[in-house]
Amino acid sequence: MTTVAEPEIGRARLRKEDRRLITGQTRWTDNITLPGMLHLAILRSPYAHAKITHIDLSAARTQPNVVAAFSGADLDNQGTLACAWPVTEDMVAPTYLPMAVDEVRHVGEPVAVVVARDKASAVDALEAIQVEYEPLPVVLDMEQALQPGAPLVHASAGTNRCYHWVFDSAEAGTGGSFAEAEAAAEVKISRRYVQQRLIPAFMEPRSVVVDPSGGEWTVYSATQIPHIVRFLLAATTGTPEHKIRVVAPDVGGGFGGKLAVTPEEWIAFAVSTKVGRPVKYTETRSESLLSAHHGRDVIQDITLTARRDGTVTGLHVKLTANMGAYLGIVTPGVPLLGAFMYNAIYKIPAYRFECTGVFTNTTKTDAYRGAGRPEATYAIERMMDELAAELGLDPIEVRRRNWIKHEEFPYTTVAGLVYDSGNYEAATDKALEIFGYDELRAEQAARRASNDPVQLGIGISTYTEMCGLAPSRTLGALRYGAGGWESVSIRVLPTGKVEVISGSTPHGQGHDTAWSQIVADQLGVPFEDVTVLHGDTRVAVKGMDTYGSRSLAVGGIAMVQAAEKVREKARRVAAHLLECSPDDLEWRDGAFRVKGNPDQAKTIPEIALAVFAAHDLPDGVEPSLDAEATYDPSAFSFPHGTHLCAAEVDTETGRVTIRKYVCVDDVGKVINPLIVEGQIHGGVAQGIAQALYEEAVYDESGNLVTGSFAEYLLPSAADLPSIVADRTETPATTHPLGVKGVGEAGTIAATPAVVNAVVDALRPRGVTDIPMPMTPERVWRAANGSNAGSGQNEGGAA
Amino acid sequence: MARVNLVVDGTRYVDEVPPRLLLVQYLREHLGKVGTVIGCDTGNCGACTVLYAAPDGRAQAVKSCSMLAVQADGGEVTTVEGLAAPDGTLHPVQQAFHEHHALQCGFCTPGMIVAAVDLLREKPHPTEAEIREGLSGNLCRCTGYENIVRAVQAAAAAMNGSGAATPSAPSQAAPVEEAAPTTEVAA
Repeated sequence: MTTVAEPEIGRARLRKEDRRLITGQTRWTDNITLPGMLHLAILRSPYAHAKITHIDLSAARTQPNVVAAFSGADLDNQGTLACAWPVTEDMVAPTYLPMAVDEVRHVGEPVAVVVARDKASAVDALEAIQVEYEPLPVVLDMEQALQPGAPLVHASAGTNRCYHWVFDSAEAGTGGSFAEAEAAAEVKISRRYVQQRLIPAFMEPRSVVVDPSGGEWTVYSATQIPHIVRFLLAATTGTPEHKIRVVAPDVGGGFGGKLAVTPEEWIAFAVSTKVGRPVKYTETRSESLLSAHHGRDVIQDITLTARRDGTVTGLHVKLTANMGAYLGIVTPGVPLLGAFMYNAIYKIPAYRFECTGVFTNTTKTDAYRGAGRPEATYAIERMMDELAAELGLDPIEVRRRNWIKHEEFPYTTVAGLVYDSGNYEAATDKALEIFGYDELRAEQAARRASNDPVQLGIGISTYTEMCGLAPSRTLGALRYGAGGWESVSIRVLPTGKVEVISGSTPHGQGHDTAWSQIVADQLGVPFEDVTVLHGDTRVAVKGMDTYGSRSLAVGGIAMVQAAEKVREKARRVAAHLLECSPDDLEWRDGAFRVKGNPDQAKTIPEIALAVFAAHDLPDGVEPSLDAEATYDPSAFSFPHGTHLCAAEVDTETGRVTIRKYVCVDDVGKVINPLIVEGQIHGGVAQGIAQALYEEAVYDESGNLVTGSFAEYLLPSAADLPSIVADRTETPATTHPLGVKGVGEAGTIAATPAVVNAVVDALRPRGVTDIPMPMTPERVWRAANGSNAGSGQNEGGAA
Repeated sequence: MARVNLVVDGTRYVDEVPPRLLLVQYLREHLGKVGTVIGCDTGNCGACTVLYAAPDGRAQAVKSCSMLAVQADGGEVTTVEGLAAPDGTLHPVQQAFHEHHALQCGFCTPGMIVAAVDLLREKPHPTEAEIREGLSGNLCRCTGYENIVRAVQAAAAAMNGSGAATPSAPSQAAPVEEAAPTTEVAA
């Protein structure tokens, strides 16, 4: 067997996943057809808040091809869908039935389900269902919801306040008192920012097939979290966990939006049990936009204090966060994931964060790419520009004066996190050079001098983020219900091929390829000889799934640890076969080689065959090289970067055109640069989209106005600029692989870069803020007189 | 029920279908051609894009969710599953998507590839702006379109030789399993 000469890690390997995806040989959940399978259609509430006073399915049940129909009352023993993150002891955790029985609390909430031989018959039969509703008062605005006397989303709770959570650096002992910083402030800037509600809008609509045959349940679902679905379905249906198998086949994007145990999965499970046949439910896009969980929807009140030389002395963050009508798995915790990131890359000495979670009659919010950290980066990066403007300083300079210097790592922040490594100087210098910063500033000055109707703005975002979710002890301290470990098994087959059984569940991230690269290096086998298995709880029996930019930063380490165990088992056998002591061997160039006599060697495949035959193994060695490792990270992962955006703003039309977008990101050691770059591109696109295009809008009755792709504006290729992405590489130091997460970084960074650019273009006109998305109308209004800024400054300019 | 007689990916099919059946549903549910997918219900996303040639016309890209199966009677449909050669050799657009990492989850990819094939038939040497405009009917949530644009540029060059808009990406002479490095990495 030839050894592999060039390391796989760092190679721009083309993806193993591609062949079948580009030829249509795909395995989406909606492709699945099973014998006797029936189709579900769900009737959803047209009211944002109402009592269900009467529901009659009798006509529906007699429609052509209809096998059954069920209301919420017909589905026995509906357990509550779990929220896995009770962030405070007194958090209101309302009962969340998969299908409403007495009361609906948001438009789109399931009210009944029809089961039919084909989808069209099921959908047609929905029209025969009679439901009488008694409308109740609707509350949509968070601040109104918190007022005494506001209509209650959950009457039994007595309040719309879900929780109140505080972090104070003085109380925590990680820094000073913000109150004192405020009292002594030379400069104080306060702003209100609104993180508009967004929709993850993965391209593959959610789909679930449940097969109840043989006394066990197989759940095929387009999910990011098959292991968690298995666990929670067992808990909420009363079905023994070992009787449930969950399979995530090909999954067409998730972005946190498929990090859920959904009412629809529960309903499909319950219905298949009742009818005793496989059932399938695939949502329409309209259903998806309406009822799959939304993201962001947070009001941020930020106050920053500083000295006149630009040194930040304190930061206060007050969030009002929209939970929606119910709590999903991590709904209340999403804003808190950002709590430790508002101080970002800066050495801010005093920090106070408070967050109030609020119920409203809307679709629940939950994880969406970045989950709390885009919000944090937005706020601080906007504030740094405000500080620069206030003091007449260059915005890059203000950041330099406050950021953690390269030689100061590892650094313990005012939020109590230890950043292991980083090099903000290198990333920024590289970005500025690629961007042509000085030339663009000169052009900006020229356009200002000539009063050009098209102004040029430059926006900066220097970010870090915390990912690689997560050290389990930290999750426990934050009261999250599960841990943050990841598990990988490696099996070496007798023919020398290697199976990597990964607890991660990719949905576009290229794990098959990147994991093959890692294990090929670790075991000295060809890249092509490694196969990666995931997403099926019967195969990848143990895992914590994919979200929070964790699969490489946590799963990758488990993979390396498992590989080390395989090599250690192999070493003893190799020594025996080579008739030497294990200490006489070194692992080099993909084989165990006798020190000083490298041609005396055994490769892993050779050893695997010998182990399989087991004719001549040393005493006490089991006939197996296979190994498993479960790794709990000791720390979060802190990628960082500098994003620069040059935006042309047409003051006569409000149109924004991004002229140039440059990003330099540092994600530690890079396994596959193609995959890293692709994640950055996609993340940046979503960040730009938040700045310019996307917003989930409810009307005053609680109807989702942006209910299709005609109104919810996902950008097309014509709406986005070319993204110039480069890297620096500062390895993580908290584990041997040196990698950091990348999946969410682009989204976390991009939005403030774009907004800062547009505000920068219009600052001479007195503009300090434009609400997102910055539609042409909003930009035009800001540019032409109505200052859309909403905040005050105290303290004089430098 | 209505009768349809059409060719799909080179094979003739004769079927009885409900008049309301969409072409994309016919492909997926009646022919088992699951390569073409449904991404929305308003004709916006393009994931269902196929090539359709009416009996008297030439092939053009259509959104198969916005066409009834019966409307395709007598015509010829090409889906993503009909692009590669019988021996498995990928269409240059497919090959370019692979070489330029122009897909991540793959859900939009069949529609995007077919739309790109159609674009290149109309414009063999498209500029970047023409590519972006030409693909504006196909939504992708994963890639940010950057590598899709590079792939289409590379496919144009491969299919049409010199005179193509210069790809901003590694040349198509890159070895099959690995892309040529485009970025520097500084420690």
